[in-house]
Amino acid sequence: MAKIGIAVFPGSNCDRDVHHVLNNVIGIQADFIWHTKDRISGYDAMIIPGGFAFGDRLRAGIIAAHSPIIQEVKRMAKDSTPVIGICNGFQILVESGLLPGALMMNDSLRFVCRWTEVEVKNNKTPFTSQFALRETFGIPIAHGEGRYMADSGILKELKKKNQIVLQYANDDPNGSSDLIAAICNEEGNVMGMMPHPERASESILAAGVKNNAITIFRSLVSNLNQKAIA
Amino acid sequence: MGVLTKQELGYLEENLQRKANEIEQDIVGAEWSEHCSYKSSKKFLRLLPTKGKRLVLGPGYDAGVIDVGDGFVLTVHIESHNHPSAVEPFGGAATGVGGVIRDIMSMGTRPIAVLDALRFAPITGKNKAAAKSKWLFKNVVRGIADYGNCIGIPTVGGEIEFDPSFDDYCLVDVASIGFGRKEDIVKNQADAGDVIVLAGGSTGRDGIHGASFASKALEAENRSAVQIPDPFLEKLLLEATMEAVKQGCIKGIKDLGGGGLSCCLSETSDNLGKGFDVELTKMHVKEKGMSPNELMISESQERMLYVTDKTRLLVLQSILDKYEIRHSMLGVVKEHKDLVVRYDGNVVAEMPSHLVAHAPLADWAVKRPAYLHKLRSVKPPRQPANYSKALLSLLSNPTIASKRWVYQQYDHEVGVRTVVKPGEGDAAVLRLDNGKFIAIKLDGNSKHCYLDPYQGTLGCLSEGCRNVICTGAEPVGIVDHLQFANPENPEIYWTFTQAINAIIDYCKFMDIPVVGGKVSFYNETDKGPIKPSPVMGTLGIVESVQYITHPALSPGDSIFVVGNSAPEMGGSEYYEYVHGITGGTVPKVDLRVDRQNGSAVLGLIKGGIVTCVHDCAKGGLAVALTEMAIAGSTGFKIDLDAIPNSCRRLDDLLFSESHSRYIIGTKEPMKVRKALSSAKVIFAEIGNAASTIDFVKGKKKMIKLTLRQLQASFDSLGKVMQ
Repeated sequence: MAKIGIAVFPGSNCDRDVHHVLNNVIGIQADFIWHTKDRISGYDAMIIPGGFAFGDRLRAGIIAAHSPIIQEVKRMAKDSTPVIGICNGFQILVESGLLPGALMMNDSLRFVCRWTEVEVKNNKTPFTSQFALRETFGIPIAHGEGRYMADSGILKELKKKNQIVLQYANDDPNGSSDLIAAICNEEGNVMGMMPHPERASESILAAGVKNNAITIFRSLVSNLNQKAIA
Repeated sequence: MGVLTKQELGYLEENLQRKANEIEQDIVGAEWSEHCSYKSSKKFLRLLPTKGKRLVLGPGYDAGVIDVGDGFVLTVHIESHNHPSAVEPFGGAATGVGGVIRDIMSMGTRPIAVLDALRFAPITGKNKAAAKSKWLFKNVVRGIADYGNCIGIPTVGGEIEFDPSFDDYCLVDVASIGFGRKEDIVKNQADAGDVIVLAGGSTGRDGIHGASFASKALEAENRSAVQIPDPFLEKLLLEATMEAVKQGCIKGIKDLGGGGLSCCLSETSDNLGKGFDVELTKMHVKEKGMSPNELMISESQERMLYVTDKTRLLVLQSILDKYEIRHSMLGVVKEHKDLVVRYDGNVVAEMPSHLVAHAPLADWAVKRPAYLHKLRSVKPPRQPANYSKALLSLLSNPTIASKRWVYQQYDHEVGVRTVVKPGEGDAAVLRLDNGKFIAIKLDGNSKHCYLDPYQGTLGCLSEGCRNVICTGAEPVGIVDHLQFANPENPEIYWTFTQAINAIIDYCKFMDIPVVGGKVSFYNETDKGPIKPSPVMGTLGIVESVQYITHPALSPGDSIFVVGNSAPEMGGSEYYEYVHGITGGTVPKVDLRVDRQNGSAVLGLIKGGIVTCVHDCAKGGLAVALTEMAIAGSTGFKIDLDAIPNSCRRLDDLLFSESHSRYIIGTKEPMKVRKALSSAKVIFAEIGNAASTIDFVKGKKKMIKLTLRQLQASFDSLGKVMQ
């Protein structure tokens, strides 16, 4: 059986939510791994959850990016292990150089917590393979620094290499370049996203919304299981 | 700074049988401050009904504990941080959140939600007072958001009221709910030889005399009395405490709040019935050269006191080390019952803990305020020429308007428990691990409580119960936060006693226990006292997922009202906000009717025959109906002649804030009619869902509006705050 690791930093606060969804809703084993761990084995995918790792000191994600566990995550990413960073996890992946660009303060200059809608722009990643292309679904955001920014060169590359995975649909909650909600690396095995799929994976938390966000975790698990069979 | 009165010093000397030294006076001064000692309120608080079938621990501990079945418990606590927030709104509000979260942690439970009740002076208008109020409002919200979001505890609800009596001031009340296993509740039993560990933030000169500062009228802006927030450190303390509880290394626990170490040590030692012997030079500090006095009364934030068994000390230390939390071995538990404070080995203070922890109670005179008689009857306003305009004006009133600008700054979903989110229901509803749900709401009404503190407080309690009932919950407990000005003023103290009487009467009649509370006096500035502002937190349990109900009207609904509308316009938003009138008779709560209406409505919900339910409160029937329309993007047509009422004027009928009223939408009007008839409550079918908003009298449309017009007025707060 495949196993997923959840990186936990001092200040992570969505780690327990992701753990709940994976273990209790999806039914796959997911374990917490403390940030000081410098050797990880036996995990088929890694999740960097949301929160305020190290209290966002200096800059969101920057201290976590230099932790022992992220050096391991980098090694695993190189070995094609799927890695997904959610919210603060996205910020950490960007700060660690696994993903290009930067996440800046929202254009409203305020923290924003609300539901939005995103559109699937790339369904070839291990996290989106079970979506239809251009499918839209509801999902909540909760961030102060979620405005994805990159220079025109990077944006051009992202588009050319199909690295924009999710875009905000009919909504611009934070002023991101090209309405980017999620991007992946060139290989497609590392994805960072600002919205929170773990908060939209149970219908009771998403009354009246088309909440297919759980498909992100389902896609991942199905890819891991296929890999295990192969 | 001598903070003890002459009488208190005398009492202290008499009990010690000697003069207290300067350090002892500072320790006692902090603990005997109004903020920590409840000296003006304790004898009244003892009268509150605190027993209930679900209650495990009532007031007196850091938080009340409610049994929710299957081995799970809820803890709840409420605090305010008014003085600090009025001076430094960001830090004051943030540390208020931090303090109440630590109270929940101190029970051994994990905080799962934060709510806040805020009160400011009006923010509309171009004057200086409005600008100041806006600045306070903006930064209080930012402070709450910053702390709650970082620590990862959702801010799920609350309420906000604007009133001129809060000019240059504000009330910031924060409540928190915890959830855990019954066996993890910290027992607070210690033995001689146990170790006292101080963990968390280093002690510095911030927040010196904070408790005393909060126990006097706000005269000068004493910024050094305001503490500095660090939510990241609190998050570490939270995780470490949860781990230490699970690992069985905590025999006693207490957070450091108002009064710092002085209050924490004396109260914990007194609660445990054991002596404490502590050495101040062991403390980890922010700066060198702090005097023993400063160390004892500093209110540096994010600090916890643990009492642990010697054999478990290493485990506790390794947990604190894992989270890189600084900690000091402050001292040991002794068989005697004294608080012994040493500095460099020398005893600098030595007093019986019980003496320190129990201030002599104050006895203040009471007198019915003279203003009450004057304000009882006022000249009613001229009937509006245009009722549609009056309604839109009320909807854009910041007290009534959508609080989206506020709650979207709060992470209200972290923890994946928030089922009914801010703006979606009459109360916040969170799921628990045993298939049940907790509904919670904070309610206050300073305008009603000013004109009639007894009926006003009853009204807050009634509104709270109505709110949780509307979500499908049965009320199970109340937390009260009683906020008044100077208790030494007999007229003010009278209003406090009236509020207490109301809580006793309501809770006894409804058989709902008071599970916790807090009192805050001296809320006044040189511009005058605040209006009496008791805030009630009501907790309810939703037994099953299918009972969860929203206020959103849907196409095809028949609309019913339960309860009578009476011309009780005193303190209504219509009088105060639209016409600038303060005075008149406030709505009265008939306890029997209140209970009957509530249980009839809960019966309809449990029977599954309603589509939406909403409580009628600020702004009256007209506002309640339009809120339902906005929530469900569905209009309605109401026959004004069908509404049960005793009003002579149309504006009274539309905007009266009479209590015990509910509005119901249903697809099964026959069944609802039958159920309400047999419940013997006053009710009527008053209209149905439609595409536009029409209030009709005979053949005349008295109000005619579109959903878009309602929405624009209701959503105006964001524009005001730009």
